[in-house]
Amino acid sequence: MSVRIENLVRTAPGNASKVLLDGVSLDVPDGSFMALVGPSGAGKTTLLRAIAGLDAFQSGSVVIDERDATGLSARDRNIGFVFQNYALFRNMTVARNISFGLDVMSRSQRPPQAEIDRRVQELLDLIHLPDMGGVWPQRLSGGQRQRVALARALATRPRHLLLDEPFGALDPVVRRSVREWLRALHDQLGLTTILVTHDHEEALDVSDRLVVMQDGRIVQDAGPDALEARPATPFVMEFLGETLKFAGQVSGGMFIPADPHVARFSVPGVADGEIIALIRPHEVRITSAVNGAPARKVGLRYGFARLAVDMGDRVVDILSATPWDVGESVELHIDAARLFRNGRMVEERCDGWA
Amino acid sequence: MTVAASLRSRRARDPLPGFRLALGGTLLWVGLIVALPLTALIVRPWQEGPSAMLAALHDGRMFAALRVSFTTALLAALIDVPLGLTLAWALVRGRLPGRRIADGLIDLPFAIPTAVTGITLATLYGPQGWLGAPLAKLGLSIAYSATGIVVALMFVGLPFIVRSVEPVLRDLPPELEEAAGLLGARPWQTVWRVILPTLLPAAVSGFGLAFARGIGEYGSVIFIAGNQPYHSEIAPLLVVVRLQEYDYAGATSIAFVLLVISSLCLAAVAWLRRRVARGLIVGADE
Repeated sequence: MSVRIENLVRTAPGNASKVLLDGVSLDVPDGSFMALVGPSGAGKTTLLRAIAGLDAFQSGSVVIDERDATGLSARDRNIGFVFQNYALFRNMTVARNISFGLDVMSRSQRPPQAEIDRRVQELLDLIHLPDMGGVWPQRLSGGQRQRVALARALATRPRHLLLDEPFGALDPVVRRSVREWLRALHDQLGLTTILVTHDHEEALDVSDRLVVMQDGRIVQDAGPDALEARPATPFVMEFLGETLKFAGQVSGGMFIPADPHVARFSVPGVADGEIIALIRPHEVRITSAVNGAPARKVGLRYGFARLAVDMGDRVVDILSATPWDVGESVELHIDAARLFRNGRMVEERCDGWA
Repeated sequence: MTVAASLRSRRARDPLPGFRLALGGTLLWVGLIVALPLTALIVRPWQEGPSAMLAALHDGRMFAALRVSFTTALLAALIDVPLGLTLAWALVRGRLPGRRIADGLIDLPFAIPTAVTGITLATLYGPQGWLGAPLAKLGLSIAYSATGIVVALMFVGLPFIVRSVEPVLRDLPPELEEAAGLLGARPWQTVWRVILPTLLPAAVSGFGLAFARGIGEYGSVIFIAGNQPYHSEIAPLLVVVRLQEYDYAGATSIAFVLLVISSLCLAAVAWLRRRVARGLIVGADE
């Protein structure tokens, strides 16, 4: 029940110089919940559509359950797909939408009507809309439509579920509950799920693995923890959350920051030369310092004090667990930073890092 | 919801000012342009006494003309529906060269004087015409028969279907077809179960317009129809014939019957449209 993509290349129709997917390879093991994340235009949806068989591609292959699916049409792949706009059939009630995949089966394959009705009721119960079978899709709220689209995709018992920005149109509270429910459903039914989203928090929340895409390429493919600890590029680090950037030099195993008021720290094993340190605002520690940078409290977030530290040429916002007095002069400690050189993470540093 | 309540809530929600003024203006214009002539048409036949009206209603030639008018209009509109759907499909989905030119040509029947249409069709389908001659060899005669009327009305009615269906088809998300395909539907199942039902309300609207136009059509028909009383004489022509005979009571009584049947037909089309629109248009199933 796995999906494997090998060296997939797709160019824009009518413009071969515009590469949408640039040699993408990906292995989605059986039972995993994977999120494809990245900014708009990164190729996430293009990749998802290629897996589903909705779009043709120039070269490469898609292997589903150890079977080459490259030449298979979408209808022969038995993949559950949920579109961003849900694409519910407006001329059918909710129940007929859900049973569509069963209704279109040939007479010999199609289960008896009573069986279909039972399956529809089962799915309506599963999506917590037990009494909505006779309702027209236009009457439903966004969250309800989303769940109906999911039930419709699950009716033929696919082993794979592909979701294209399924929570995009939902309000934050509904979003959270729907994605928790979706994760539970994935575990309960033993699905292999690929979710496309541009919201990194959502991806971190729900998936086992994140695949970060940029400009038609996979930048990194890792679990949430590894992604946070070892982002492959500054882009990954920045995409996954608020990031502070400090330029500096490595000299004799010490990081020497370009900014004043930032403490040096030791980086054993890292070669000398220019380097960039990236760090999350809450990972910065601060200590009082004579003639340090003036810090002032500008607000609260998640119970942390939000401090604006005036570095002279710029102001950096950090989050601190301890409250600081207005106007206090501080020094920043950024030893938790990830180091990058030539656009890649400096791995030597990581080996010693938590 | 009662009418009063719905009016009140609509006014409360309506961001446009001047509801009363707009309503008054609308009613006035509808009254002057539509209702007044219609009222005159309804009143006029009875002015010479009910007996004259009843006598006029016993005219066999009139019933024959009405039958010709309604059956040919119905047939033409029905044939136009699949043709119009196909054309709209090709215009929206087909990446054919010359698509824009074809798109412009669709509206041409609206613009050409109907008499020109009639004469052109009569020449084309006549016994010596480009199409008429080969068809005559096959034993099919189109011009100067009820078939000719259907051909003329199809020509005139086609743009109504195309232009009603086209915008709906254009707005149809491609994901609908993709979703159907992913769920295992074959292409014909997708068309039959998803696309056509979604287009049906628009197609019925177009059908209603084409049908209504077909009943009233005069100029394009009379040149190709042959106009034999009882066989290929349409009701609007008979009205003109009666007028030329200074038989005003006869003319208005035909017009009156035409009006009544047309209203009933259009009401039926409206009812049908609401039936097929259930679920497609919010509020249609209430």
